[in-house]
Amino acid sequence: MKARHQRLLLVLAALAALGLIVALVFSALKENVAFFHSPADIAAGKAPENKLFRVGGLVEAGSLERQEDGVTVRFVVTDNIARVPVHYKGILPNLFSEGKGVVAQGRLAEDGVFVAQKVLAKHDENYMPPEAAQALQAAHEAGIGNRTMNPSDPGFLEKK
Amino acid sequence: MTAHERRTIPFEGKNGNNARMTSFTHLYKFSAPAAFYPLAGRLIPWFWGLAALFGAIGLWLGLAVAPTDFQQGEGYRIIFVHVGASWMSMFLYLIMAFWSAIGLAFNTRLSGMMAAALAPTGALFAFISLWTGALWGKPMWGTWWVWDARLTSELILLFLYIGFIALTRAIDDPRRADRAGAVLALVGVVNIPIIYFSVTWWNTLHQGASVSLTKSPSMAAVMLWGMLFCALAMWMYAIAVSLIRVRGIILERERHANWVKALLLDRAKH
Repeated sequence: MKARHQRLLLVLAALAALGLIVALVFSALKENVAFFHSPADIAAGKAPENKLFRVGGLVEAGSLERQEDGVTVRFVVTDNIARVPVHYKGILPNLFSEGKGVVAQGRLAEDGVFVAQKVLAKHDENYMPPEAAQALQAAHEAGIGNRTMNPSDPGFLEKK
Repeated sequence: MTAHERRTIPFEGKNGNNARMTSFTHLYKFSAPAAFYPLAGRLIPWFWGLAALFGAIGLWLGLAVAPTDFQQGEGYRIIFVHVGASWMSMFLYLIMAFWSAIGLAFNTRLSGMMAAALAPTGALFAFISLWTGALWGKPMWGTWWVWDARLTSELILLFLYIGFIALTRAIDDPRRADRAGAVLALVGVVNIPIIYFSVTWWNTLHQGASVSLTKSPSMAAVMLWGMLFCALAMWMYAIAVSLIRVRGIILERERHANWVKALLLDRAKH
């Protein structure tokens, strides 16, 4: 076998190995790369039990309750299909508010309450001045808003 | 004359048939380093000028004209650096992979030099993207870093750039270094669509694209223009510094060629 045939074989073997790696990584990612589970996933029993995971969705309007100590909060995460009550003690990010996106990391307790250790805000890809946002919100409430520019939808519901 | 020196003669001198050249072959002559070197030198000031012009317009629009954002306040203005840097980090990798493929297929010397010249700038933009993203994530999301698909794949891009630079610098023979780097660059190109589509394929903390080819931009027009001009400025900057770098690489690799000796002698006289 000539040296250049050997090189060719080596390159082909490396490429084949690489293809295999990419294929394996992709099949693994398909299952595990989701950063968070939706409340619907949890309701369907797809979320891991007794394991740390994240739940993502919208903070349900009117569900936020602050305790006396000022750092303990209860709220409900919803994806408009299912709801998950969340209990959290700690500092909330600036963008955390009712009707906005949130990703909470923690465990699901036996009583169905998600005990969060960390709460992150997930914002949408819309950028506009406050006046425009108000106008859009008003239009949306009047039923004429367009879906892609709805400021109260941080894009959680588009992937399903 | 050695075989090496003969190869460095510009295309147009070979047969003396300049008049018959089509416009394509006319461009093709610049694939010879000796012809490309002076062309790059003439182009560099223009790209610096465009970078300064677009940068000034972009920053003026972004920092002075664009309104406050409805949910992120003034903090969103980091977008004017972050998005352009992220785009350039992906785009420069595609260009690097393009030159790598050309180099592997046609064995053209300049291709490997172009890829080598682009890598440090691409790495810089990937780093800026990650760094400004962290600075942005802390106040808005509440964290510097999460291992979501978008952030992780962008970090892999930075590692690909660094790996490309390390690999090509580790091999002494420049032609072999080019080929090894080219294979790495082409393998890594699979990461670019992963970065781009990560926010639609998977649940991520990072939000979806504000600007894409498939839908109208979800940004106020002034914000969008500011962002586009800043991105253009970074593009022009990337071209300017890559051309400077490729000129350095050309001189280094062709230092034994007659045209470089003539050039240096000429420069020493002035």
